[in-house]
Amino acid sequence: MSKHTISFPHMGNYSIPVYYLLTHILNVNVMIAPKITSKTIELGTKYSPEFVCTPFKYTLGTFIEALELKADVLIQAGGGCRYGYYSELQSQILEDLGYQFTYINLVSKGKTDIKKIYHELKKIDPNFRVLKALYYLLITSKMVKYMDKVDNYIRENIGFEEVPGSFEHENQKMLTDFSKAKGFFSLYHMYHKHFKKIKRLPIHKPEHCLKIGVIGELYTLMEPFANYHLEMTLAHYGIEVKRYTNAHYLLFEKKKEVKKYLKYAKEYIQYRMGADAADNIGRTKYLCTHGYDGIIHIKSSFCTPEIGAMPIIQKICNQYDMPVIFFSFDANTSQVGIETRLEAFYDMIEMRRKK
Amino acid sequence: MKPCYLGIDIGSISTKGVIIDQDHKIIRSLYLWTEGNPIDAVKRLLKGLKSDLPKCYEIKGIGTTGSARKLIGLMVDANIVKNEITAHAIGTLSYYPDVHTILEIGGQDSKIILIDHGIIADYSMNTLCAAGTGSFLSSQAKRLGIPIEEFGELALQSKNPVKIAARCTVFAESDLIHKAQLGYEKKDIVAGLCKSIVLNYLNNVGKGKQLKGPIVFQGGVSKNKGVVKYFEEVLGEKIIVDENSHLMGAIGIAILAHNNENGKTYPLNIQDISFQTKGQECSKCSNHCELLKIYRNDELIDSWGSKCGKY
Repeated sequence: MSKHTISFPHMGNYSIPVYYLLTHILNVNVMIAPKITSKTIELGTKYSPEFVCTPFKYTLGTFIEALELKADVLIQAGGGCRYGYYSELQSQILEDLGYQFTYINLVSKGKTDIKKIYHELKKIDPNFRVLKALYYLLITSKMVKYMDKVDNYIRENIGFEEVPGSFEHENQKMLTDFSKAKGFFSLYHMYHKHFKKIKRLPIHKPEHCLKIGVIGELYTLMEPFANYHLEMTLAHYGIEVKRYTNAHYLLFEKKKEVKKYLKYAKEYIQYRMGADAADNIGRTKYLCTHGYDGIIHIKSSFCTPEIGAMPIIQKICNQYDMPVIFFSFDANTSQVGIETRLEAFYDMIEMRRKK
Repeated sequence: MKPCYLGIDIGSISTKGVIIDQDHKIIRSLYLWTEGNPIDAVKRLLKGLKSDLPKCYEIKGIGTTGSARKLIGLMVDANIVKNEITAHAIGTLSYYPDVHTILEIGGQDSKIILIDHGIIADYSMNTLCAAGTGSFLSSQAKRLGIPIEEFGELALQSKNPVKIAARCTVFAESDLIHKAQLGYEKKDIVAGLCKSIVLNYLNNVGKGKQLKGPIVFQGGVSKNKGVVKYFEEVLGEKIIVDENSHLMGAIGIAILAHNNENGKTYPLNIQDISFQTKGQECSKCSNHCELLKIYRNDELIDSWGSKCGKY
């Protein structure tokens, strides 16, 4: 039997740790699907239900592109909203399109069924070993943690870099190195070496620069293509950007943090509303009371948990007199419209600051 | 020579230009139709403005705003290019320093700007659809065979406006046809249409916002007396419509051009310069970006639309 080819959806730079993990634990070809382009979105939109949320369309498009390149195993995760039903619907759509593949659903019915996943992986690679997988899972989670740490630093400072592109360049170098990590120690060493370099990059950051918190739905936050490179645009204005949601948060911190958020913002929310709604409400209160100049809330169109959170976020912002703007992204959103609104938002917070 | 500043607001339907002096008084203004060709419209605009500008003035700054601001900013070498939200707020504040709410309905978009102590406190703009904007009104005026200029007057005569679905243009239009075929009077239909514009605007753009007076209404639709009347009726506040309400964006951007003065003088001779744009689909990757290349006198000066930054 020939080797399987496995592929997975894109989200930001996380294809690097996922690739790392899969190549180390499975004896298969791991394919990083083609980068998201307009064609991906076109494909995804064509075969998706019209009113499904945008990440569905993006990931479906990526799957089709991967299948066209002869991938035969697809991996999808799930979450506490419609995301939890992506797998069933996507595999059905792809089957109807006539593709032959194995679909590994990491989260089914809201739970990760380790036994089921184990059997599925065993089928793909009969030599799959749990201990080895655990070892590399730990390394990968460390890698994600390091990536997110560096990312946070970059987000706060990239708007002030003296050499345009220097941060991105160093970050890419680090990620390339990461993909060659031999073990915990070598990864740790790389992280320190590169982070030091990145921290040494020249910046001219004023002491009281404008600060914006970006909150909202996770995929749109983390995939720059899905938010029309919003963070880059903000950086060009010379704004420090704070974003909480990243892979490390979702995988390892969320369970604990969301309880804290519920307690912290208990006057606004008493129970979880699915996905990251409660988290975002807690963050809104935090941003309002910690010297931020504005909040940008982004989501894909039709994201139900965030639609539920929006009126509450608006209410908190009204109480604290905090500028807030809401963006809903879809495959057909016009870039010009976003630019106009963002520029006006920037003008507004700058004027307020001067006052 | 006295300095003066030119503000150009290039909207989807109309192009507005003003020249103001140092005290922000209007020296000359012009309003004409864009007719789908912003470059040509601006050439005509500048020709018109230049021909009757007193000889003692020289232009020390140009600002552009509106949906074609970037293109025209490049064409006239503007010293400031700004979004229409900021421009409208600045322009209105120069006339009404204590304004609290600015309602703006233009040809293709509508927005609301809330001002608090002279600075923008909040704003929103219509997103997905053009319901309740000027282009909808003018297309319906055509359907009813009424010149758009008389639309407002006719609406004022009605005592009994018909109810027209306000949510969406498509439904509004079918509702309108239905009511017309049932035999309702034209003036009642027109009044109903004006009212639906107001309700649509308040439900969409003004949703969740506190509209406190003084309220200023501007943009092309503010010239429609019927819409003004229903805004007053629904909001229970006096609505101020300035005689220059259609020029506020241009005035605002001219003021910003003044604030941003850099010592350069503009001769306004671009009518003689050939200015061309060429659209092209890039095939270097699967993004297939629609590139727009801009030529001044056959020399490539800029290109837009690339997602990867190759251009």
